[in-house]
Amino acid sequence: MKTTQFSSSDRRIGALLRHLTAGSDSDHLSSVYASPTSGVTGGSVFAHLVQAPEDPILGVTVAYNKDPSPVKLNLGVGAYRTEEGKPLVLNVVRKAEQQLINDRTRIKEYLPIVGLVEFNKLSAKLILGADSPAIRENRITTVECLSGTGSLRVGGEFLAKHYHQKTIYITQPTWGNHPKIFTLAGLTVKTYRYYDPATRGLNFQGLLEDLGTAPAGSIVLLHACAHNPTGVDPTIQQWEQIRQLMRSKGLMPFFDSAYQGFASGSLDTDAKPIRMFVADGGECLVAQSYAKNMGLYGERVGALSIVCKSADVAGRVESQLKLVIRPMYSSPPIHGASIVAVILRDKNLFNEWTLELKAMADRIISMRKQLFEALRTRGTPGDWSHIIKQIGMFTFTGLNPAQVSFMTKEYHIYMTSDGRISMAGLSSKTVPHLADAIHAVVTKAV
Amino acid sequence: MASSMLSLGSTSLLPREINKDKLKLGTSNSKPFLKAKSFSRVTMTVAVKPSRFEGITMAPPDPILGVSEAFKADNNEMKLNLGVGAYRTEELQPYVLNVVKKAENLMLERGDNKEYLPIEGLAAFNKATAELLFGAGHPVIKEQRVATIQGLSGTGSLRLAAALIERYFPGAKVVISSPTWGNHKNIFNDAKVPWSEYRYYDPKTIGLDFEGMIADIKEAPEGSFILLHGCAHNPTGIDPTPEQWVKIADVIQEKNHIPFFDVAYQGFASGSLDEDAASVRLFAERGMEFFVAQSYSKNLGLYAERIGAINVVCSSADAATRVKSQLKRIARPMYSNPPVHGARIVANVVGDATMFSEWKAEMEMMAGRIKTVRQELYDSLVSKDKSGKDWSFILKQIGMFSFTGLNKAQQSDNMTDKWHVYMTKDGRISLAGLSLAKCEYLADAIIDSYHNVS
Repeated sequence: MKTTQFSSSDRRIGALLRHLTAGSDSDHLSSVYASPTSGVTGGSVFAHLVQAPEDPILGVTVAYNKDPSPVKLNLGVGAYRTEEGKPLVLNVVRKAEQQLINDRTRIKEYLPIVGLVEFNKLSAKLILGADSPAIRENRITTVECLSGTGSLRVGGEFLAKHYHQKTIYITQPTWGNHPKIFTLAGLTVKTYRYYDPATRGLNFQGLLEDLGTAPAGSIVLLHACAHNPTGVDPTIQQWEQIRQLMRSKGLMPFFDSAYQGFASGSLDTDAKPIRMFVADGGECLVAQSYAKNMGLYGERVGALSIVCKSADVAGRVESQLKLVIRPMYSSPPIHGASIVAVILRDKNLFNEWTLELKAMADRIISMRKQLFEALRTRGTPGDWSHIIKQIGMFTFTGLNPAQVSFMTKEYHIYMTSDGRISMAGLSSKTVPHLADAIHAVVTKAV
Repeated sequence: MASSMLSLGSTSLLPREINKDKLKLGTSNSKPFLKAKSFSRVTMTVAVKPSRFEGITMAPPDPILGVSEAFKADNNEMKLNLGVGAYRTEELQPYVLNVVKKAENLMLERGDNKEYLPIEGLAAFNKATAELLFGAGHPVIKEQRVATIQGLSGTGSLRLAAALIERYFPGAKVVISSPTWGNHKNIFNDAKVPWSEYRYYDPKTIGLDFEGMIADIKEAPEGSFILLHGCAHNPTGIDPTPEQWVKIADVIQEKNHIPFFDVAYQGFASGSLDEDAASVRLFAERGMEFFVAQSYSKNLGLYAERIGAINVVCSSADAATRVKSQLKRIARPMYSNPPVHGARIVANVVGDATMFSEWKAEMEMMAGRIKTVRQELYDSLVSKDKSGKDWSFILKQIGMFSFTGLNKAQQSDNMTDKWHVYMTKDGRISLAGLSLAKCEYLADAIIDSYHNVS
């Protein structure tokens, strides 16, 4: 054991040795190590940091990648796959990128803090409808953000700073990242009943009760369409009841719109719930993502819109949103937003996009039908009609964590432990394998 | 009339409080609304409930980014934008590097997909960025002791580190230079990390207050985080000498502080990637644990792509793994995973020997232009100013910015109002926004503001 040390690395190695050997002499320097940041000689200032577990959703892909099985199936993260199981870059996106590259006047100067202004305007029109009175009256502020997550986070931080009620109600269950986003944004997170495991549908009574007892003014997170993870959406009639209840209690709607056009195949249909709320003249927040509907996942394109009572309020709200954004990342990235702007502003590209979008939505609906049929053919016990009733990218199978584990271990099928599968990851070729696995796990005594 | 009514703040929206005498909508002889002593507002929307955001005040414009907005609004033909730090050519045009265009063409030809990156970002980028910073063969890299996460340029990378500090070093302070980049304080405030300042700029010498800097770092509570600008200090342009860096490292080690480098100009300051990383590498040599935030906004001109990284040098590979996992936990609820485009550009440029050489040449060109402009400005000042004032600080400073010493509000206002020269109120000018052709004009403006405005 060294007692005289010549260099800092010698001292570090010596200290590491002392830590590793049992019953080591305590050194007079050990008291210095007590301070969490005084790890220079020997220990690390990061000694108290433990290994964080993998993100439960993104970690599924990590585990999938490690699996050598030739029949493995990734039904974890919600990214669209073609029938051949490949990621898809939309044709309109490639066209838009070519246009951008061909434009020799394009530069890479900082965007304003609020992002690409044309993108913001087009995004608001897309989600609210070009004829929206809120747009005409100029009472919306829209800021470009980093996809859905970024939009939710910026909105959450804004509410935590400026809204009088710091509680947000999220559905039970909801996307795994929601509670973390809002907690770190500074809000208190509570839940409202949503999914009914008995019917594998909506617990509408529970929802109304819970929102009915929420303190006036509370923030309520609503999935605009294609609820994640359940795929269970309220009907239009139910949305109307939700709207009336919320407005009567002054509850602040915060919409998460990650699947506009991707759920039903129609951009307008999927935006209807949001437009109903905006039509009544009230205020709300909307987080939009282009990850799925334009396949721009890794470009991180999204927008946060806050619909206000007046243009003046919207102007002041926007100025405060900038104060949230500037210390977080200064200004948003230009590439993805530029692609979206090119597509949305051009009639032809926009139409092409709606066709490609419908094709993706149709393929998913077809997968739902095929899986339902496959289970019916196998005589798998239970009611599996929820597979075709649920909407969007995901199906809440109703399988429990033990069953999910079995499917991964025995059939190399990867999904989140709540039993959520991404239909976008299925193909006609792989449906039989999944059906076999579900049949096996349901019929065996787990 | 109606729209201007809506733009004024209100205290009440209830219809019964409308005072019909004062309020005349749409009539030509109605009193100008602003002159009325009291007024009520009629809401034009159907719902009568007030806005939930009514109490929100208008935030002031960002002091740095607001300068460009004011410049745009100015119609004077002599106007000069020396506000935000974005490189301009001699023709005062924005510049997209040739290698960047090449890389983007390659990426499109290859048909890269747009799948989510992992939370920590593009692996090829993370590898390249750490190697650029420390040198490819450096022990910290060989020993896998650096945790690198792709971040949203410098700001985003600083914010990730600040969030880590808040979570795992509660109560620890970050000590920042006085002055420093305006957004540093905002980042630490929003991350809820307390901060204090160390002396840095000496207005008497328009140079470094080295004694003050050392004394203040010494005085900081043991285990504080010391924010250091790796090179090309923003806003002063004043960097410590190599000898001074050694002393700074000494005092930081002595007090068990944790260095936190902001490296926004590697290669852009001197023209050499290695030279500009010298301060960071000195600290790595010492075996210290420390943070480095990087940005590719300036050196690769990728401003709007938001590409950078946070590196945490740890004493062991195990610590680096754990730190990385915790940084991921912070990024996921902020934006899930970072944007792919800028990261791919960097990875492509650095990963191809030809493009890498071309990049270095373009960087030398940009740094060279700024040095030339410094010289020209200095020469103009010396030849025009008969007072004998020592302007040599212009040549001693380095990087995009220069602290002119015009830090009185009236002086920078004079620059803007009389000379249409836009700069920040602390006296900072961006030399990247200056052309040789405009040096004489700027010299006149500076001399006037310095001598004739108090």
